[in-house]
Amino acid sequence: MITLAHLLTLSAILFAISIAGIFLNRKNVILLLMCVELLLLAANFNFVAFSRFLGNLDGQVFVFFVLTVAAAESAIGLAILVVLFRSRRSINVEDLNTMKG
Amino acid sequence: MLVQILFYLFGAFLVASALGVIVARNPVHSALALVLCFVTSAAIWLLLEAEFLAVVLVLVYVGAVMVLFLFVVMMLDIDLAELRSGFTRYAWLGWITAGVVIVEIVGVVTARNLGVDVTRGTVPLPEDYSNTAELGNVLYTRFAYPFELAAMLLLVAIIAAIALTMRRRPGLKVQDVAKQVAVRREERVRIVKMDPEKRP
Repeated sequence: MITLAHLLTLSAILFAISIAGIFLNRKNVILLLMCVELLLLAANFNFVAFSRFLGNLDGQVFVFFVLTVAAAESAIGLAILVVLFRSRRSINVEDLNTMKG
Repeated sequence: MLVQILFYLFGAFLVASALGVIVARNPVHSALALVLCFVTSAAIWLLLEAEFLAVVLVLVYVGAVMVLFLFVVMMLDIDLAELRSGFTRYAWLGWITAGVVIVEIVGVVTARNLGVDVTRGTVPLPEDYSNTAELGNVLYTRFAYPFELAAMLLLVAIIAAIALTMRRRPGLKVQDVAKQVAVRREERVRIVKMDPEKRP
């Protein structure tokens, strides 16, 4: 039998892995975007788990909206990335220092 | 019992592929590991009887977003060695933060005053329960307005993505249909009247 604790622990592990991934891949914008997707997935896990265990469907509706926003975010993020690569020939975060002053 | 075995199996796959996402040397391998992550999560959501979201996760994420990611990763010519330099310099900070997050969330989970018993299992839903129908019932009634807003948000995202990546190259030979339609006879044909030449 799966309990709520199982799911919350799994989602916590997933969340922690993606936070570690943001620290590890801090130079590569594509990997950063992927880690953000993973963070959102971990948060969605909690929503689905609580929605199931409380017998309330609102959590799943919220996951639906989170998926929408995440899809929009990654589409625009990748578009910005492509524009960035065209002008800089690089996607290294350390090269994005024009606003340093 | 079978559900529990499946849960542990998919959970192990999920954690392994999430680790693969963050440590893979090649961004293409990371993207493929992320696809595996989404598929195993969809399987776990199926175990939780959230069928609609599981299918949507596979369709939207694996079918659209990850294809977009792979497309961009393969299209850009990235210097991987430069991006990988200093990979482990802040790794300790990352792992410490990850550990702190795990400890905090486990602390919340094991708290006794969460308002819900976390050690309780699920009650199986009745046989004629349709997750999709129930979601549709609330989505188009109580959440109709947020639903419209989400559609609007997607439209804005489409327009923004196209506007960002579209560029006009100078010197490109393209048709201007409006000009072609607006052309008149007098601009194209010139009738020249001249006397015929005499034969020598």
